[in-house]
Amino acid sequence: MNELDSLRQEAETLKNAIRDARKAACDTSLVQATASLEPIGRVQMRTRRTLRGHLAKIYAMHWGSDSRNLVSASQDGKLIVWDSHTTNKVHAIPLRSSWVMTCAYAPSGSYVACGGLDNICSIYSLKTREGNVRVSRELPGHTGYLSCCRFLDDNQIVTSSGDMSCALWDIETGQQTTSFLGHTGDVMSLSLSPDMRTFVSGACDASAKLWDIREGLCKQTFPGHESDINAVTFFPNGYAFATGSDDATCRLFDVRADQELAMYSHDNIICGITSVAFSKSGRLLLAGYDDFNCNVWDSMKTERAGILAGHDNRVSCLGVTENGMAVGTGSWDSFLRIWN
Amino acid sequence: MVTMNSDKVSAKRKPEIIGCAGGSKDDPPFLPLSTSNSSEESPNHLLYKKMEKIVEKMQDETIGVPVRTVKSFMTKIPSVFTGSDLIMWMIKNLDVEDQAEALHLAHLMAAHGYFFPIDDHMLTVKNDGTFYRFQTPYFWPSNCWEPENTDYAVYLCKRTMQNKTRLELADYEAENLARLQKMFSRKWEFIFMQAEAQSKVDKKRDKLERKVLDSQERAFWDVHRPMPGCVNTTEIDIKKACQINKPIHGVKLVPKLSPSSTELGIKLVENLKKQVGLMRIRLDRRNIKVSKVAEACIAYFEQYLEYDSFFVAPEFANPWISDNPELWEQEKLAKDISARRVKRWAFGLQELLQDPIGREHFIKFLDKEFSGENLKFWEAVQKLKALPQSAVQDKVQEIWAEFMASDASCPINVDSRSCEVTKKNMENPDRWTFDYAAAHVYQLMKSDSYSRYLRSEMYKEFLNGSKKKTSVKGIRSIVSFSARKETIT
Repeated sequence: MNELDSLRQEAETLKNAIRDARKAACDTSLVQATASLEPIGRVQMRTRRTLRGHLAKIYAMHWGSDSRNLVSASQDGKLIVWDSHTTNKVHAIPLRSSWVMTCAYAPSGSYVACGGLDNICSIYSLKTREGNVRVSRELPGHTGYLSCCRFLDDNQIVTSSGDMSCALWDIETGQQTTSFLGHTGDVMSLSLSPDMRTFVSGACDASAKLWDIREGLCKQTFPGHESDINAVTFFPNGYAFATGSDDATCRLFDVRADQELAMYSHDNIICGITSVAFSKSGRLLLAGYDDFNCNVWDSMKTERAGILAGHDNRVSCLGVTENGMAVGTGSWDSFLRIWN
Repeated sequence: MVTMNSDKVSAKRKPEIIGCAGGSKDDPPFLPLSTSNSSEESPNHLLYKKMEKIVEKMQDETIGVPVRTVKSFMTKIPSVFTGSDLIMWMIKNLDVEDQAEALHLAHLMAAHGYFFPIDDHMLTVKNDGTFYRFQTPYFWPSNCWEPENTDYAVYLCKRTMQNKTRLELADYEAENLARLQKMFSRKWEFIFMQAEAQSKVDKKRDKLERKVLDSQERAFWDVHRPMPGCVNTTEIDIKKACQINKPIHGVKLVPKLSPSSTELGIKLVENLKKQVGLMRIRLDRRNIKVSKVAEACIAYFEQYLEYDSFFVAPEFANPWISDNPELWEQEKLAKDISARRVKRWAFGLQELLQDPIGREHFIKFLDKEFSGENLKFWEAVQKLKALPQSAVQDKVQEIWAEFMASDASCPINVDSRSCEVTKKNMENPDRWTFDYAAAHVYQLMKSDSYSRYLRSEMYKEFLNGSKKKTSVKGIRSIVSFSARKETIT
């Protein structure tokens, strides 16, 4: 038997072993484990602010770490930094390419990044000496669209792309420090772990992968979804993460148990999910859907606890502030809403 | 004239519904509209499948929505059902919670074109006596229609040829027609001819059948050329649109090649070896049982419940509700630090260090015990990791000189193993050179200094709220953006 065949066989055996190990660890379900937990009742949130100003579909938004400012990206070719409390526009940044798909706020508040069909991640400095906002670095290298980007700090950023890879960049040199290969479909979203050592990615191959940032390796792969995964986000303890998919389900996966813990779905919820986020304690999982609503799930009991209705078109992005006090949603109807 | 595959148009329909029957001479004279390859290509294909399942149930002869021909004012209205019948059926047969949910789902299906109001261009559903009709499967969105402007032009042109008030163009349609006439002025004759030809065929049809077909065709255009103010449900996310044009979804790495001869074969072997290696490592790490991780999730939730403003009212008024920005000014204003905030410092060393005031307090405690160098070292290593590539080398030498060299100015107490590993790393310094040592130091701090801090009088006093914030100096150095202290440039 030649080397290729023996390797294939070994891979097959190992795959089965991994699956068996998962089964062995599956001694209960999350729903069973939380049966005695008190239910949370109906969660009702109202729109407290509507941010108007974009002229076309909003594709992405990201809160700043001060839980007050946020950045949004729209197909009108603009990146807007908002003060979500006063609804003022702090910065309106015209982009070179209007086909923007993602944006991110650096934890320091000094930079924002965006990218899209131009395959480039552009970094904008918000605190220049002259007082204006300008491009401080462009990061070319991906051979597919930029679907998501997240700053580790002012000098490093992780990106995911339609070229099926993710990358870690050194912003100052504009070089790719590490490349994360393994997905067999467009990577749509990524989420950094609270300790910043790992990140999880979701792709159109219906799998989520956990990556070690330093080693550049895929530590674990989580199958289960039946279609493209559009969004991923870590559970606040850093040991689990949630995903949202075109198959109209959200799922919770645990890293240490190496498997799916729970699924959030309903027969009457038939539209795909575009974005997901947890509340501060992790009890609520908020998910934005193609059917214009945002559903609020009790993450422990896997029941729907509330609906945020108000957008007139798809909810394309959402995020919870770092202090957990508000939810921001962005939609194809060109508006952002702040809820709590 | 294009006819669809007969199986797509096959009639699973009630006899009253004069829709599009399968592959017979009665095929509707619809336009040679362009469709793309297969329904798998559409990013919405799962959605359409689900909607079509529901529509199937709705159209069931015995237990479906009651469809009938209504007589009114000397005319008949064929194959209709009322909005209220639809909603009632949905509440009874689908697992909807209430009327609102049923309306939401019905609206979704109407907006995608599976049924439509017979007298309105706005595709929505109202829970009253308004009449609706099912769309013929020929026009279902799952057929991946991508109608062109020429098709639309022919359609609008045809409409103007028909002398029926019910077919009069709406304002926006008239505007569209005018625009198209300009756009296609050169080939308008051709468009006109097509419209004429279709009109002729239409006239030969049975009156009632025509009513139904006309409305279905109109509903089709309401989906693809929606009325202003209505959402265009055929719009696709550009990320998904990119994938439609790609050859294959997901490259498979196992072609049937002879491995020994080609370069590709070598690559395959390499990839497989890597995969196998990773899988082995994964198997070595034992999985923790679901019951245990579930416990961990629950424990986390219970610990942080009081800090989740969606459940417990926050200390400072929610600024978006009270219009009061004091939340962000608390650092500058507050003289007292709440017990609730101090309690969080006990959740873990990370929490303590993340709160600027907590961190300051901890440093004071460490200084008292003359063990401040560990934290200094650990924080220096974190800073190193965030530096640009060009600054890394120098910083590594700096850290070594300050903390770990034999003549270090601020020596830390590390175990021999950490020392060895770090010495080795120093041969090829990078931003992760000190990770091993830093992890050990962190553990040490956690189990030793941190646990003593939590038991100390200093901390207890803070917790009891009896201590007031003293140093004003400390406040000014707090950067409002980041919880971690950063050097302000």
